[in-house]
Amino acid sequence: MVDIRIPIGLMFAIIGVIISIFGIVTMSDSAMYQKSLGVNVNLIMGVLMLIFGLVMLFFAFRKKKG
Amino acid sequence: MRLELHWVDYLIMIIYFLFVLGIGWFLRKYMKNANAFLEAGRSMPAWVAGLAFISTNLGALEVMGMTGSGMKYGMLTTHFYWVGAIPAMIFLAVFMMPFYYGSKARSVPEFLKLRYDEKTRGLNAILFAIMTILASGISMFALAILMENVLGWDFNLSLWISALIVLGYTYLGGLSSAIYNEVLQFFIIVIGLLPLVFLALKDVGGWVGLKAQLAPIAISKGYAADAFTTTWKYSGSSSANALGVEWFGILFGLGFVLSFGYWCTNFLIVQRAFAAESKAAARKVPLIGAIPKMFIPFLIIVPGIIALALSNDPGKGFNLPVSPGGGPDYNLTIIMLLKQYLPTGVLGLGITALLASFMSGMAGNVSAFNTVWTYDIYQSYIRPRTGNEEADGKHYLKVGRVATVVGILLSIASAYIASKFGNIMDFLQTIFSMINAPLFAVIFLGMFWKRTTGHAAFTGLLAGFLLALLHHGLTVPEGATTLVKGGWIANLHTYPVEMAQNFWTAIIAFTVSTVVTVSLTFMTDQKKSDDELKGLVYSLTPREADDSHLPWYERPLGLAILVSVICIVLTIMFW
Repeated sequence: MVDIRIPIGLMFAIIGVIISIFGIVTMSDSAMYQKSLGVNVNLIMGVLMLIFGLVMLFFAFRKKKG
Repeated sequence: MRLELHWVDYLIMIIYFLFVLGIGWFLRKYMKNANAFLEAGRSMPAWVAGLAFISTNLGALEVMGMTGSGMKYGMLTTHFYWVGAIPAMIFLAVFMMPFYYGSKARSVPEFLKLRYDEKTRGLNAILFAIMTILASGISMFALAILMENVLGWDFNLSLWISALIVLGYTYLGGLSSAIYNEVLQFFIIVIGLLPLVFLALKDVGGWVGLKAQLAPIAISKGYAADAFTTTWKYSGSSSANALGVEWFGILFGLGFVLSFGYWCTNFLIVQRAFAAESKAAARKVPLIGAIPKMFIPFLIIVPGIIALALSNDPGKGFNLPVSPGGGPDYNLTIIMLLKQYLPTGVLGLGITALLASFMSGMAGNVSAFNTVWTYDIYQSYIRPRTGNEEADGKHYLKVGRVATVVGILLSIASAYIASKFGNIMDFLQTIFSMINAPLFAVIFLGMFWKRTTGHAAFTGLLAGFLLALLHHGLTVPEGATTLVKGGWIANLHTYPVEMAQNFWTAIIAFTVSTVVTVSLTFMTDQKKSDDELKGLVYSLTPREADDSHLPWYERPLGLAILVSVICIVLTIMFW
């Protein structure tokens, strides 16, 4: 059957990239990040999700080779 | 209370739904017979089934309800986790799963058939089928009304589109698809709510700052200063804590009757463990699920507690909308928090997480419904197996798929009916307490006392259920305005809070069911021979294969000890 880690990894990597890019583009928009206490949560969460997605993919494909 | 979503938010939502449907699409080619479709071919690794196990319960109603309860009752809400879930999950894994999985039963009603008789199975199967449709309908209704109020989407459109998406992936990939999507949903909920917890805690000055802000609020409500940030400290009397229930009700009502009834016998939940690849894996499923389960309070209850502090700080401008019945609408706590803290981007992620949990609530119920319908109703009463395994497998696959479509249509119908009822969470709980508590009594007696007879079990189930209904009909919680809350026969007793009424309904159902089953067992003959009961009853089942050569973390007992220790440490930390 399909390894569930592949769709999870792909999805979080894609969304992670989108949110990170959005975070970088809106970096100077301090009005938008006033809500989040001045923290650029998009950039932080985007990077975290990308890392999580890549870790999932890494484990999925490492197992396949072995 | 409108939320403004932008294209990025919608993009995230669309990507998520593409993956959800994509998983169903990729799994469709494995659905060759009914076993694959309805039981996921018993091939799930323990960690996948374990995450699905708690994810099924982490529906949107749970998330919204628990955040709302966090705002109402504070840290006391963690009782629903550390008392009301973990002990039952450990018990299921260690003591019950060997018989469930070993019996080869494909559903909980089928276990009743193997252990007892046809009529006990029939009664449970029919009640369960109705319950899943109701629950799924309520979940769909809640989703549609929320989308209407918060995003301005059309009620009917959100209802039908979400139903179509759920239909899409459950029709294509069956239980496997439901389980895979529950795992995906688990991660998106955790990741989607993480920034909220982080920002909200930062805003109130961390746990220490939160405690300081809650002290005057607790005192003004007549409780001790730390009443909202402690769990057991003020459970000596029901008036000293916000929950309105004393330690006995919490320990016996919630910690034993309600939670064991829900976690150990609700097929919706247990089905995830049935899908595991081996008996050893099935025993690990609830334990693997228990580990994240213990920490979910920090993700959904703590933000609710923070909301209580925010709503008492005029500088924050945080207010809950008024509910239709008057008073603050606690179910919307999480939405208002998302609105308060999350900017476009992560906001889309948060809303996607909520939508995801609504849909898995439906998918879970529908995938349990189609199994019970196909195996316990259709196969037992309408068209029995012919003996030709291949043709049967294909035939029941078709029936399972039709049941999926019909189940979704019935859910939509009940969603429209549910629009009449107010407090969703409490209504759901009322139903659970009436069906599950007697079921737990009967299954527990059946597994550990070989003498228990079919006639006794059937009568016990029925008596427990009817007495629970009667109790609900004769009592009301304080301030109830509708008959849905109880007292529809007469009003003999008024409970201070609805939760106390729910706990006592469950306690009565369980006690009556136990007493009736035990006494009738002495009056009736056991029709099943010891040989037939092998693998179903503790004393007649050979001991488990020795697993002492495995490292501790791969053994059910080792994991059970780990989970217990963490749970005890958490309880002491927040005593």
